[in-house]
Amino acid sequence: MITLNHFLLLSALLFSIGTAGIFLRRNVITLLLSVEIMLNAVNLTFVALGRFNGSVEGQIITFFVMTVAAAEAAVGLALVIALFRHRETLSPDAFTSLKW
Amino acid sequence: MMTDLQAIMPILIVTLTAIVTMVAESFQPRGERVPLGGLGLIGLTGAAVASVLLWGRDLTGFGVMRADNFALFINVTLCAIGVLTILFSTSVVERERIPSGEYFALTLFGISGMMLMAGASDLLVIFLALEVMSLSVYVLTGIRRSSEAGAEAAFKYFLLGAFSSAFFLYGIAFTYGVVGSTRLEQVAATLASQVSGPSVMTILALALLLVGFAFKVSAVPFHMWTPDAYEGAPTLVTGFMSTGVKAAAFAAFIRVFLSAFEPLHAEWAPIVSALAVATMVLGTTVGVAQSNVKRMLAYSSIAHGGYLLVGLIAANSVGKAGMLFYLAAYGVTNVAAFGVMALLSTDDHPHDNVRDFAGLWHRRPALAAAMTVFLLSLGGLPPTAGFVAKWYVFAAAVQEGYYGLAIIGMLTSVISVYFYLRIVVLMYMSEDVAVDPAPRLPRGAVAGLALATLAIFYLGVLPTRVINLAVQSVQGLF
Repeated sequence: MITLNHFLLLSALLFSIGTAGIFLRRNVITLLLSVEIMLNAVNLTFVALGRFNGSVEGQIITFFVMTVAAAEAAVGLALVIALFRHRETLSPDAFTSLKW
Repeated sequence: MMTDLQAIMPILIVTLTAIVTMVAESFQPRGERVPLGGLGLIGLTGAAVASVLLWGRDLTGFGVMRADNFALFINVTLCAIGVLTILFSTSVVERERIPSGEYFALTLFGISGMMLMAGASDLLVIFLALEVMSLSVYVLTGIRRSSEAGAEAAFKYFLLGAFSSAFFLYGIAFTYGVVGSTRLEQVAATLASQVSGPSVMTILALALLLVGFAFKVSAVPFHMWTPDAYEGAPTLVTGFMSTGVKAAAFAAFIRVFLSAFEPLHAEWAPIVSALAVATMVLGTTVGVAQSNVKRMLAYSSIAHGGYLLVGLIAANSVGKAGMLFYLAAYGVTNVAAFGVMALLSTDDHPHDNVRDFAGLWHRRPALAAAMTVFLLSLGGLPPTAGFVAKWYVFAAAVQEGYYGLAIIGMLTSVISVYFYLRIVVLMYMSEDVAVDPAPRLPRGAVAGLALATLAIFYLGVLPTRVINLAVQSVQGLF
């Protein structure tokens, strides 16, 4: 029997994977993907809780979050291109012109 | 329907102006320059007038927006910050060859997001407003495409901003799980009716929302992005985001934590106190060690966030009104200080080292005098706005028995005076290091400097009227 807790655990796991991805930075694109995973983990939480509460609100919120994630991806990728033009690399360790 | 639209009128005006600015740039004749900044000034003045007209009417828009006095006070503050930013920008944008249509449109979109954030009474709308504001500011940070530091600052700011908004959103999800709604009134009602103490999920929601807000107001230890983003961004954008973003984030912070999560004050007050102490101490001590003025002002703005948190913890009417007054005073002062720095910098010389200010009084007396006023106000010396603001916040902390916080706040303010006065002393006491012909100040910048100086002395000498307005604006809310 799959209960609410299973969904919450799964989304917590996904959220942790995303967080870990940010801290183990190897590649700028991976960083963007990690943020997306975190947002989608939250989406799963919303859908599961909405279903559990018996309201559609949770699922409607998910659409808003997806829109925001798309806008964020657009800005993020544009910034990656701007960075790449200057440094010709995708390794976050190369971006050191400001004290990190 | 009519009252719904009236409630969001200031936001509508700013958004429409932003769209008009964006369209006007693409239709301007080749070789001609339409004064796009002027459009922004008209729009922001219109929004400020609309906010004043709505004062005291406490309208609600679409069930998720409040046009209460609290939101309107923040709206007027944001309009003032926006007007000053645009006044300083017009000449700088031209000199640095920043695309002016995008620059002014993004500034206005950012302000509309900030206003939305100050007035939203639903957690989801606060999240959307946060994103509207943040996305505009990320792009503004990297708007000089030739600047490597700018691109790097924008990416770091974006990454940590997106990271923190994921935490914030996770907090909203748990709140929704506990309450079954994202409306702040319902959150407050549900939390107040819980007799057996908060559940694990409530505590998780509270902690995640706190992390999200702490990132946005750059409270230590969530401040890592601040110095880099502030240093790499164009100077005026730094001024804009260190004041506007902070004002909007604190507005939402106050609304969420002092209305929806007020029943859990005993749970979050100790954590926020620890954040406030760390923020005040680290902001000041690291600020002392900086030789880059932009970075120094970044740490100073972190420290100011700490003083504001003290007001949030005290949370009596003096503290809440003091925070609003503080946001207005700090906003005007900091934008103007960054404005002076932007006016001093040239294409080949950023003019952001402490030593660059040596002998400024001999070269540019007007700018040096104005900068002195702004730095004294940031340091909290009478008779400036910064003094009154700190006075109210610390008075509130003492009234509520938070003596430790008040003492740490006062001690760190005294230390911070050192690094503000260091620049003032250099400006007057040193001999002139480099003599270059001083260019005439652009008219917009003169107006901006005059307005900011007047506002700082008005708030510093005759604060009663504005304080009364601030007290009125927190009364209806909590």
